[in-house]
Amino acid sequence: MLNIFIWTIAVVTVLGLVLALVLYLVAQKFKVEEDPRIDEVEKAMPGANCGGCGFAGCRAFAEAAVKAPNLDNNYCPVGGNDTMAKVAAILGYEVKAKAPMVATVRCNGNCEARPKVNTYDGFASCYVKSLLYTGDTGCAFGCLGCGDCVNACQFGALSMDPVTGLPVVDQEKCTACGACVKACPKRIIELRPKGPRGMRMFVSCVNKDKGPVAKKACASACIGCGICAKTCTHEAITVEGNIAYIDPAKCKLCRECEAMCPTGAIHGVNFPKPLDKDAIKERIKVRQQKAKEAAEAAKKEAANE
Amino acid sequence: MSKHTFSLGGVHPHDNKISRECPITPLPIAPTVYLSVAQHIGAPSVPCVAVGDKVKVGQVIAQPGGFVGAFIHSSVSGTVKSIAPRADLAGRASTHIEIAVEGDEWLEGIDTSDTLITTIPEDPKAIVEKIKLGGVVGLGGATFPTHVKLSPPPGSKCERVIINGCECEPYLTSDFRTLLEKGEQVVVGAALLQKAMGGVPCTIAIEENKPEAIAHINEVIAKLGYKDMDVMVMKMMYPQGGEKQLIDAVMHRQVGSGALPISVGAVVQNVATALAVYDAVQKNKPIVDNSVTVTGQCFPKQANLLVRVGTPLQYIIDYLGGIPADAAKIISGGPMMGRAVANLQAATVKGTGALLFLTEAQTKRAPETNCIRCGKCADACPMGLEPFLLNKLSKNADWDACEANAAQDCIECGCCLYSCPAHIPLLDNIRVGKGFVLSAIRARAAAAKAAAEAAKK
Amino acid sequence: MNKLLVSPSPHIHSKDSTRSLMLDVVIALLPTVICTFILYGWREIMVMGVSVASCVLLEWAITKYMLKKPSTIGDLSAVITGILLALNLPFTTPWWVVVIGSVVAIGVAKMTFGGLGQNIWNPALVGRVFLLVSFPTYMTTWSAPQGLFGLDAVTQATPLGAIQEGLLQGSSIQEIMSAGEYTYSKMLFANMGGSAGEFCVIFLLLGFVYLCLRKVIKPWITLSIFGTVALTSLIFWGIDPSRFTDPLFNLLSGGMVLGACFMATDYVTSPMSVKGGIIFGVGIGFLTMMIRYFGSYPEGMSFAILIMNSVVPLINMGFKQKKFGRK
Repeated sequence: MLNIFIWTIAVVTVLGLVLALVLYLVAQKFKVEEDPRIDEVEKAMPGANCGGCGFAGCRAFAEAAVKAPNLDNNYCPVGGNDTMAKVAAILGYEVKAKAPMVATVRCNGNCEARPKVNTYDGFASCYVKSLLYTGDTGCAFGCLGCGDCVNACQFGALSMDPVTGLPVVDQEKCTACGACVKACPKRIIELRPKGPRGMRMFVSCVNKDKGPVAKKACASACIGCGICAKTCTHEAITVEGNIAYIDPAKCKLCRECEAMCPTGAIHGVNFPKPLDKDAIKERIKVRQQKAKEAAEAAKKEAANE
Repeated sequence: MSKHTFSLGGVHPHDNKISRECPITPLPIAPTVYLSVAQHIGAPSVPCVAVGDKVKVGQVIAQPGGFVGAFIHSSVSGTVKSIAPRADLAGRASTHIEIAVEGDEWLEGIDTSDTLITTIPEDPKAIVEKIKLGGVVGLGGATFPTHVKLSPPPGSKCERVIINGCECEPYLTSDFRTLLEKGEQVVVGAALLQKAMGGVPCTIAIEENKPEAIAHINEVIAKLGYKDMDVMVMKMMYPQGGEKQLIDAVMHRQVGSGALPISVGAVVQNVATALAVYDAVQKNKPIVDNSVTVTGQCFPKQANLLVRVGTPLQYIIDYLGGIPADAAKIISGGPMMGRAVANLQAATVKGTGALLFLTEAQTKRAPETNCIRCGKCADACPMGLEPFLLNKLSKNADWDACEANAAQDCIECGCCLYSCPAHIPLLDNIRVGKGFVLSAIRARAAAAKAAAEAAKK
Repeated sequence: MNKLLVSPSPHIHSKDSTRSLMLDVVIALLPTVICTFILYGWREIMVMGVSVASCVLLEWAITKYMLKKPSTIGDLSAVITGILLALNLPFTTPWWVVVIGSVVAIGVAKMTFGGLGQNIWNPALVGRVFLLVSFPTYMTTWSAPQGLFGLDAVTQATPLGAIQEGLLQGSSIQEIMSAGEYTYSKMLFANMGGSAGEFCVIFLLLGFVYLCLRKVIKPWITLSIFGTVALTSLIFWGIDPSRFTDPLFNLLSGGMVLGACFMATDYVTSPMSVKGGIIFGVGIGFLTMMIRYFGSYPEGMSFAILIMNSVVPLINMGFKQKKFGRK
């Protein structure tokens, strides 16, 4: 009886050893020489394989980063500066810190401001809908509301607000991988710098129609009136093709444009205090009055001389 | 008589030709018409009139924007009010020429009489040139410029002209009425096309549900005595009127993937196009109007109207008594391939063949359920594709696999979605896949061309 | 004015829906079901009732409480599974065995994979085979039909079972057949012991013709099974009629007709193309005959169908319809 046990154990052990040897030899024979740093870099990556960096996945990024002469063209938006610092340390490169970005939905045409004019009855996909027509509201540029961006987001950072019918970005979860930007057939979503403590300003509309047309389709559309651009003292706002755009690099977060926008298309988010429109308007009025007076005074002076 | 049809797939929806007894009657001219410069496949035309210009019916107001392009003629007489972007029936803006109507004065040289001219010009080139000048495009729906189709690339030879009188889409009757009322003109038009292609034989294909038209055209051919022209009775089957399907049915030849009908020696023209060819060549009359079926069970007044190009849809509907209360969807074209109207202010184009009103019960899609793998979509597909598979691949954004499974061959006939018992929006998704595959193919072709040029240098 | 609908084409739909197709299958099965009620009486009514009710109830409960999705029992596929399961069991099966069969069929073979359309194997057959393996006593105690009001079941071996048994004991087919009084007319007219649906051949064929006429199914799978079974058995029978049964016997026995008409043609678990369907049918027919002649189970239809179900994805990949204008 005992013999059987011993024999079994012996045979299995020998078999195991022989197979292990075979496996080892095969592995040696077919070994591919790889830069060991690729593995290291891959380990430092977030491992989301989202493709936000422009490569197929984290491994592909690592391979490219190891080959590249510097890290200027390789940046992992998901891992951000921390990850890139680690990668740079492994590879001995320098890396420039980049401002963290966040996906920003530039449409605020909720169900009330932008009433539906027909009912879409096809497959619930923004892409399919955009192939068919300009959408079920009067606005040919706005959000189609089928949630392609939500489906594209693998970090669960996007969700559809059932009340407004518009997507909402959870800025804690958003990694700025850019998948939603690509998924949106209307090109509404933009990656914008997160701003100090998350404070940022943006024009929440991409309607290029002329003012009255845009206004008719959506009460909160940007009508390209240019008041914001005139108000801005930092030259951060440009109006082109009937649509205003705030350059995040120049914006000083004074919120004057937001207060002056007649349709409420300009949004400021994460500010500690609610917008005090009247105070800002008063401030602008005083400033403009002063400027006017100064200009007149200068004129008089010039005339006197 | 034996009945012919295509070899793969197809469905058989109820034909619902409820407006078949309504003769074609002219619609009073709208006070303002809007002529799009992009009412055909190819480059948009370039307006050649200015705001404030007086124009007459038949006057050229826009010139072709490229080789694949077409002349656009004023469909009314009046003053050009504006040349500005205007939304089409899907809400997309394109340049329209707005003309305020004053009277109905035709350009000199256009024969507006009813006299039938049966003598065929001798020079094929002159026929094609006149067709080009007449702004004739394929009126079966695709609106491909006819003169381009009639100018086969060197090396290819036309062996048969097929006149498509199938009208396989349910509800539509404008081609049927045209065959019945303008049969002589259509037959002369067919003879002109025959001549233009070098005297090849011609087949007029008509589905069996139009026996009056079949009898009439047979009579007309016998009376006018054109050679090598016959009527072929087709079995009722959708999409018989699809170019590739019709060639398969008539000539038993299959046009390859991505190839043109001329590659198998066929030129297909619609009945309405044949009539337009007759008008353009024999009467010097360009396309200024086309017949439009206005129909639907919920629509009280069935009609086949002769509508000037550029008439706002709303005007046509108001003329017939407005939108019925229970209409849930208005379709420009047939129920299988037509486009749902999102904007009633849109104007008709040369290719507008019908306005169809459907109730919610007739058209509202049922909720999607699980695929039961019944294979009905694959049985119905006239191109032999596997819609269930393409649907899945397209949803997964696997464009390479879409191409391997021939998503680009899809003719968007709608048979798959029509027959799916689980109500899966197959075609919606396949269209996406097809779009991506076609753009990938184009990108590859462009890259290959660039590489070849670089190699030359 | 109410808002207009806008959708991509096509704008109309055929009258077919999953439910209407399934309803057609139920209608096609009805004559058989009624036939079994008349033949086997109240116990069969009970088996059928328990089977259908438990299948439907189970699917409803799983969608509602586990998947938390809208109920799918409206598509009637669970009803069909229930009917087919009952037709695959002897009428003497105790009710709790039937319930276990339903649990395996719906719970394991269907809903685990994601419900209708996602399952790899025919649910009713999985249920049946599970019972066959787990409760061989109940499943192989065949009883001859007793009529609507008959009470005492007379135990009898099925023709296939008897032949297997007899061959092992060294008798020839002819001897076994005459000893058991198995005649073709008895087999054809459902006067024989076996699973409830095994011998209602005429009514099953009637249902099959109905389904083909309604274009619910295509006849190719069924015909290729029949053809292959007939051909295979013809060859073997021709070699040695004392050891191998003849073609007609094989076509009429062992749930061949039920399996070929209603189980193998199940949409979900059969190939899509005609070509694939024929390959599938040939496979089933051949495997069935191999199991019958050389296997340890007397009949092989269920196993053959399940085996071929497993290779359907491969068949779908390998045998595609010819595409228009392509080689």
